[in-house]
Amino acid sequence: MVKAGPLRSCQGVGKGGVCVAQAAEPEARTVSKATAEPRWWVEPVATVVAFSLFVLYSAWDVLFHNTGQYHNYISPYFSPNVGAWLGVHAVPAVLVAWVPLFFRASCYYYRREYYRAFFWDPPACAIAERPRRYRGETRVPLVWNNLHRFFLYLAIIVVIFLWKDAVEAFIFPNGFGVGLGSLILLVNAILLTLYTFSCHAFRHLVGGGLDCFSCRGRPTARYRLWRRVSEWNRHHGLWAWVSMFWVWGTGVYVRLLIMGVIHDVRFF
Amino acid sequence: MAETVTLWVYRGDQHGGEEKPYEVPLMPGMVVLDAVHWIQAHLAPDLAVRWNCKAAHCGSCSAEVNGRPRLLCKTRLDEFVKEGVPVHVRPMKTFPIIKDLVTDVSWNYRVMRQIPPFQPREPAPFTLYQRDVDRVQEFRRCIECFLCQDVCHVLREHHEQEHYFGPRFMARLAELEMHPMDAGDRVGFIRETAGVGWCNITHCCAEVCPEAIEITNNAIIPLKERVADRYWDPIRGLFRRFQKTAP
Repeated sequence: MVKAGPLRSCQGVGKGGVCVAQAAEPEARTVSKATAEPRWWVEPVATVVAFSLFVLYSAWDVLFHNTGQYHNYISPYFSPNVGAWLGVHAVPAVLVAWVPLFFRASCYYYRREYYRAFFWDPPACAIAERPRRYRGETRVPLVWNNLHRFFLYLAIIVVIFLWKDAVEAFIFPNGFGVGLGSLILLVNAILLTLYTFSCHAFRHLVGGGLDCFSCRGRPTARYRLWRRVSEWNRHHGLWAWVSMFWVWGTGVYVRLLIMGVIHDVRFF
Repeated sequence: MAETVTLWVYRGDQHGGEEKPYEVPLMPGMVVLDAVHWIQAHLAPDLAVRWNCKAAHCGSCSAEVNGRPRLLCKTRLDEFVKEGVPVHVRPMKTFPIIKDLVTDVSWNYRVMRQIPPFQPREPAPFTLYQRDVDRVQEFRRCIECFLCQDVCHVLREHHEQEHYFGPRFMARLAELEMHPMDAGDRVGFIRETAGVGWCNITHCCAEVCPEAIEITNNAIIPLKERVADRYWDPIRGLFRRFQKTAP
């Protein structure tokens, strides 16, 4: 038999009301092992492993290298080269890597992932949490996630430079050509474009903030754009994962070229 | 001899209880609510369960099957039989229990009464275009089963009913706030009273919604963005100020 303690009922609602919580006794709050989702831990564990490895590799690449350029290929970690513009002699990638870092950290999809995987708040749906104080996104620092749109604006600038890098990856000293690196950088720019422009904040910006799309007589361009971005937004999580792994792979590819471990494959 | 399945059904009230096993003959297409009805008819006539339409339209038979909030009438038994796992049926954890599988969900109705109602810009009838009400109509599909409220960890685990209205009412607020003919301004209310900031967008509400309403992506996040417009975006604030002062 699975025992459960008594459950208290409460009266009132919202602020100014009496206790409204469905305050169950601890025994009742804990879902028994027999009833819990048996494989709920797979997703948070996989997320922790993937994010941790990505962050560790990125930190190593960004902090311990002065360049991410191999001929006409430039690693996404090192683009744009803000250090050269400013004449700053700092580790170059650090000057730009914070933009995608904060953009992803405040992304609505990544928030779902790290709240589940790292904060265990909750680790999975309907899985019991360890009792502790919870304030949601109402206090510093998590309330700063509301600044997501500003990181979006900066990320759009970065994406423009990644497209410039992708185009330049097809321009070799002897003219136009296609190497494996060219294709990798092109796909990188495409995936990051999809991730950036499927963002919830962008969706809001282009039309989600409006209450009426056709109150001026006919559907506006903003309505059509909002519809398109809404379609992309359905797959925002997919773009988030794929673009992250692709950035990682692109960085590794360019780094291995620089280190001379591998040679680029030229198709023509 | 007919194949049987064992259901562990929670029996108890506000003073406590336990799961009890019931052997039920398995029939093709059987859902958990059928099995509960069979138990009522043959083994435990005092077993309490709330139900009405048995067609996933009324939202009455919400409970938890193997730890997951679900409609009993939409949960087929064969999926558990196929996996060979025992079937545990419990009341929704977020709400006070009345008896067995029946919980007191009246808190939700009290929350609903707090929400500022629709305020039409002009007296009805008025013309609405489909493209303008598509967003709102998604939220109108809600059958008020309160499974989203049950799974929401802010209410379920942290008992923050005093601070957060829960996903069902974020959908309701989005429905009103995005309505093309509504003149009300609820952004301050959404932030302060409804407590949208308490949601950390873990998407569980959308995962359990039997009507497949994208509560997080289409209601909560857009509301968070509207709050960010008002309280976190000085550039937009400047635009608003210019618009107000423009002749």
